[in-house]
Amino acid sequence: MTAITQSTALWYASRATGVVSLLMLSLVVILGIAVNRQGRLPGLPAFAVTGLHRSLALLSVLFLAAHVATAVIDPYVSIRAAAVVIPFVSAYEPFWLGLGAVALDLMAALIITSLARARMPRRAWRGIHWLAYAAWPVALIHSVGASTDLRTGWLGLMAAGCAIAVGAAGLWRLTQRARQMPRAGRAAAVLAGAQPPSGPARRSHVPDREAR
Amino acid sequence: MERQLRVNPIACSGHGLCAELLPELITLDEWGYPILSRGPVPPGLDRHARRAVADCPALALALTDAA
Amino acid sequence: MTSSTMLPRPGPGPHPSSGEARYSGGMPRLLPAGDPGPADLQAHLARFGPPPLDHPGQALVAELQAAGLTGRGGAAFPTHRKLAAMAGGRRPAVVIGNGAEGEPASRKDKTLLWAAPHLVLDGLQLAAGTVGSATAGLYVPRDRRLHQWLSAAIADRAAAGLDLVPVELIGAPPRFLAGEESALASRAAGGPALPTFRPSRTPPRVAGHPALVQNVETLAHLALIARYGAAWFRSAGTAGEPGSMLATLHQADGRVEVAETELGTPIADLLARPTQAVLVGGYHGAWIPGGLAERLPLANAALRPLGAAVGAGVLAALPPGRCGLAETARVARYLALESAGQCGPCFNGLPRIAGALAELAGPRPSPGTVAAIGRWCGLADGRGACRHPDGTVRFVRSALGVFAPELDHHLRGQCTATSRHPFLPLPPDPAPDDADWR
Repeated sequence: MTAITQSTALWYASRATGVVSLLMLSLVVILGIAVNRQGRLPGLPAFAVTGLHRSLALLSVLFLAAHVATAVIDPYVSIRAAAVVIPFVSAYEPFWLGLGAVALDLMAALIITSLARARMPRRAWRGIHWLAYAAWPVALIHSVGASTDLRTGWLGLMAAGCAIAVGAAGLWRLTQRARQMPRAGRAAAVLAGAQPPSGPARRSHVPDREAR
Repeated sequence: MERQLRVNPIACSGHGLCAELLPELITLDEWGYPILSRGPVPPGLDRHARRAVADCPALALALTDAA
Repeated sequence: MTSSTMLPRPGPGPHPSSGEARYSGGMPRLLPAGDPGPADLQAHLARFGPPPLDHPGQALVAELQAAGLTGRGGAAFPTHRKLAAMAGGRRPAVVIGNGAEGEPASRKDKTLLWAAPHLVLDGLQLAAGTVGSATAGLYVPRDRRLHQWLSAAIADRAAAGLDLVPVELIGAPPRFLAGEESALASRAAGGPALPTFRPSRTPPRVAGHPALVQNVETLAHLALIARYGAAWFRSAGTAGEPGSMLATLHQADGRVEVAETELGTPIADLLARPTQAVLVGGYHGAWIPGGLAERLPLANAALRPLGAAVGAGVLAALPPGRCGLAETARVARYLALESAGQCGPCFNGLPRIAGALAELAGPRPSPGTVAAIGRWCGLADGRGACRHPDGTVRFVRSALGVFAPELDHHLRGQCTATSRHPFLPLPPDPAPDDADWR
């Protein structure tokens, strides 16, 4: 086994924090879909789902920052700082790293607007937040392409697992949107005795409240 | 400054976080939509009210100057 | 004094708005007297002369204040205040005449647009001149013949050089809420006619411009006040509620009329007796017992203490032998289906109320139904973005009060009605998709 030099340590750190970031961001996307669908984690109130989504997103920023910083600092491969945000200008693996920059830019938009969400128009925040459905696949493709780590073995299984989990959740979210009852039909649905699927059937902690 | 809780009923889709975070002032009706207490937010609850406003997934809750 | 007039034929073809009116002498103001010819520009100018568009706007606002003109669309807001608020704005305002008349029981706006379009258009121009707007709109139902009629009227005025600003016709979808102010603003900006959430009481905006929205009848009155002055306007009506108004009367024998009458006219002069109960103000109005209504004038001063209001001037006389609960249930179902479906308390509460009322109107209502209606009314009232749940709750609560004796019968499995024939007018069920709101 080669001696772990400082450079190798940085390289490993970059790959490791990259893997963790991908894992965390996959969870963030799934939790975000859960928030939208008013899904609940067993035993936890609704604000916990939202809180986890937000906390995990902010934590993943830290891991992403470490991933990016170690990659830039590491002298073994030439990745200049600008390549972190400007896609496809890196000397090393311009395409795959470029995708990483794209994902990072999209994430920056998501994080910044979400920190300022109470101060912006509601629809603008929502519109920008849809970029999450672009940011995550780009991040995944970057992860698989920029390093061979995720193509085989346990990490490969993990990447596949993330892809399947997020893909399934995303598909479910998008089909729910397509099947959502138009506003004009909601009152008619209630009149007919059906539950209007404007949201999933709600469950409350308080057992005597009827599900919507 | 006295502040009043207001909900945008069109934006609200009944997530119910507001009632969890501010049960003193917000309860949910039988369909999951918030019923807000009238009157200004007491000073001791201002922090919780601000959190409820910030945490609403639909950005439907607001704190306005008491009219 | 009441005056009602024959509805004139608007040119080729049968008159689309049915119903005749009776003569009883007095003051035809908006509606033409006798059997006039077509209500074209020539006849208008012969009767009223040209609109005084060169008078300064401030003078008109002062005249409107002295006249005490209030909105004739139902809210009765003082007209001069709306104009004064818009006149000083930085961005040029848009003036829109609201003729959507989404209320199925009301026909006065359509009648006015057919019988005296130029009064409405005069009023639109006068308002536009006062607030300094560059464009004007007329929001009317999507009826091809009505559009042709109004387009021709607008073209005639343009040819005669009468108008200050161009007038655009905006099509209103056939929905109850189409005439709601924020729904109108949304439609005028090119979107669907859906109410929006307006937390502050500032005027609605159309594409960034503040919009002055006035009911078409209000504009017609404005056009006459500009010519004849406040004192003339006040020569009819009462001191507190001056002037005249158009009322849609649903007589017990099934006739529907549009009458022009002064405010304060005894309801007994307008509705033939006997009546079991009178619905005042339309489907967001309130029921009043027939015997009581016969002793009241058509004025808010008398109606407000009873929880009713003049509103848009709909008076419907429920004949004896009909079931007031069944009528209320039919209308409540319509109002529920007309919910925009945007606010949870409305699209959940109103259909449940309607379902419970249908049960009450039926043979074997369960005992908890009345309490459930009360609970749902409390949950729906005031918790929507617009006043639709509020108005519906007012209507339902008034019915449960006025028809309480009938309710007692129903709870025991009986009904005193002799006819199940529907009385109040309702359109067919709407399409359950969103396309209907444009």
